[in-house]
Amino acid sequence: MTAAALAPTPTTAAPAHAAPSAAQALATERAAIDASASGPVLFFFGNAILWLLLTTVLGFISSIQLHSPGFLADIPFLTYGRVLPAYNNALGYGWATLSGMGVAIWLLARLCRVQIKLPGVLVTGAIFWQVGLTIGIIQILAGKSTGVEGLEIPGSAAVLMLFGYLLIGLWGALLFGYRRQAPAYISVWYIVAALFWFPWTFAVAHISLALPSVQGVVQSLVAAWAMQNFLNVFITAIGLAAAYYLIPKVINRPIHSYHLASTGFWSFILFAGLTGAVRLSGGPVPVWLVTLSIAATILLIVQIVTVSTNLILTMRGEYHMVYHSPTIRFTFFGAIAFTIASVIGLLASLRSVDRVLHFTFFQSAQTHLLLYAFFSMVMFGAIYYILPRLVGCEWLSSSMISLHFWGSAYGGGMLIAMLAIGGIAYGSALAEPEAIFSQVIQDGAVYYIAGSIAWGMIAIGHLVFALHFLLMLLRIGQPGGEPTLFAPIGEEKH
Amino acid sequence: MNRSLYLFAAIIGSFALSCSALVIMPKCQLGGLQPQTVEDEGKIVDIYPIKNVSVEKGRAVYASEGCFYCHSQQIRDEQNGTDIERGWGVRRTVARDYIFEKKPYLGSMRLGPDLANVGSAKWRNEPENEDPNYKPAKRDAAWQLLHLYAPRTVIKISNMPPYRYLFETKKIGGQRSADALALTGADAPKPGYEVVPKPEAKALVAYLMSLDKSHPLKEVKGSAPEVAAK
Repeated sequence: MTAAALAPTPTTAAPAHAAPSAAQALATERAAIDASASGPVLFFFGNAILWLLLTTVLGFISSIQLHSPGFLADIPFLTYGRVLPAYNNALGYGWATLSGMGVAIWLLARLCRVQIKLPGVLVTGAIFWQVGLTIGIIQILAGKSTGVEGLEIPGSAAVLMLFGYLLIGLWGALLFGYRRQAPAYISVWYIVAALFWFPWTFAVAHISLALPSVQGVVQSLVAAWAMQNFLNVFITAIGLAAAYYLIPKVINRPIHSYHLASTGFWSFILFAGLTGAVRLSGGPVPVWLVTLSIAATILLIVQIVTVSTNLILTMRGEYHMVYHSPTIRFTFFGAIAFTIASVIGLLASLRSVDRVLHFTFFQSAQTHLLLYAFFSMVMFGAIYYILPRLVGCEWLSSSMISLHFWGSAYGGGMLIAMLAIGGIAYGSALAEPEAIFSQVIQDGAVYYIAGSIAWGMIAIGHLVFALHFLLMLLRIGQPGGEPTLFAPIGEEKH
Repeated sequence: MNRSLYLFAAIIGSFALSCSALVIMPKCQLGGLQPQTVEDEGKIVDIYPIKNVSVEKGRAVYASEGCFYCHSQQIRDEQNGTDIERGWGVRRTVARDYIFEKKPYLGSMRLGPDLANVGSAKWRNEPENEDPNYKPAKRDAAWQLLHLYAPRTVIKISNMPPYRYLFETKKIGGQRSADALALTGADAPKPGYEVVPKPEAKALVAYLMSLDKSHPLKEVKGSAPEVAAK
């Protein structure tokens, strides 16, 4: 097989010599697929953005509470110990999962060249998921969480979420089963892996919570494993699937090397699921487990190198596209963030580093690098790409996209930098046994205050994005056909 | 078609590997851990850990308020940090310490000190040679209640939120309540009123005072049980 045959879609820009009628037929087919996907995908995106707004509010509150501990402390359901888990769950299961599923379903339909039948099933799935999630978050805020970090949502709500997920996952599997495009493109591999891994992890984790025989640190291990699988397998796979699609597609050339992509995938699927115990490094768990997870994290270097090389080389000579195309600007930012997050994850897993940075905000910086700077930015890029194809008009204003990028990239970047630097400063200070604990915490205030400023920037970006999305839903935008760009590109189009 | 079979096999196989390595094998290895018993002339003279159901209510408050997002309950050894030198514990904690906890609050972040041994009389969060004027008095239940209500009255630069909603301010009817907080200055209630802990606060403090994982264990070097086994 040739690399060209495996380009993200064989339908991109038809080669110049192709008969116009063939190109037209493909365009008609794509339009029909988009039309079949538009209902559920718009529903996913719209709801994801509502969760993103809630996440922004919760993140902002918890950030302010770090430097002003009295803030909202008299309102039980808004105290730090409840807002923080609500924030994490809204971010992971609300915004990230819903936007990821929307992108995954659309990519599957496009890449498998299958129209979505009975889109109502997908919408029903998303409704069940969100009803469960809403109940779960209300219970967390009401002080009725399970008390297990990363698995706070009580079982009854988790069952609703799992049922909703299974409807969506089943439909995704059917799209793959009925595909008319063989062999499958690399993005499809990642999506199929993600669709499979999530429900099993989620189910095993919640079942073990319910089983009285799972006790003690085994329970903590299960929670660490589930959290790590969610972030480093499920979320990462969907983000990479989208990046592998969007970058070649907009640049309009096949990915640099299919062999690299495939090597990266196999090492990812083998090692990523074994990394969970690094979260308990140095803790009361068997040493071999932590060693295994550190080894797996180090072996993931194969994936980091192959994915990064591949995506960067695909952009070769076309880096100027980050100045023109919103999709590329967001997605390429995300791709670079993936590389940084993975390298930092590798370094931080080493025992000598973990000794200092465990129990600090450095871990939160790592999570945000992966979930926000990588995944969310790729999702933003994907939504900027996909939405015009679903609503029939282009984004109204490149300045609004620009403002969104400013808020998310600079705000998000600043937040992550503050968490990371604050974490390093804190960890190194505590390495000195004579350091007074409360003084060390107090000294971190400057980072927390900067973090709140960063949250303000992020909030501006998200509000602009949500408003822009709403305008698109109302079909207020540029006439369809040519994408909205930051700056015109000479003769080139995408 | 073959290719997608490989794909499925790899996905299912890798999940099975991940689940067995990080869930099933640890369960097999640690699931059967029993308390450590020390026998003397055929009689059990010492048993650790012991299941303590009397503090379950307090545990629930600890979870519901999300205390574990800022306080860990695990002590690392001397090679892995300064926990022991800091006075948070005398030895590292191991899996056996947690066998009776359905959900151990190991924690992943320390915005506050570790609490694995906070109920032990030896627990401290200040350097040993700290200025006695600055050093908090003995951390007993009354101290913990005061600290929950208004952390900065006892730790000047504490970053902990006050948990005033776990307390109520009421009019002193006749005699002052025995458990009324000894508040002064800006935190004190109006004259004629007193601040008393609600049952949640009392349960939480009882739980905190029960936390002690300093009992010697044979798997932790340098902390073998004092009574020789045999």
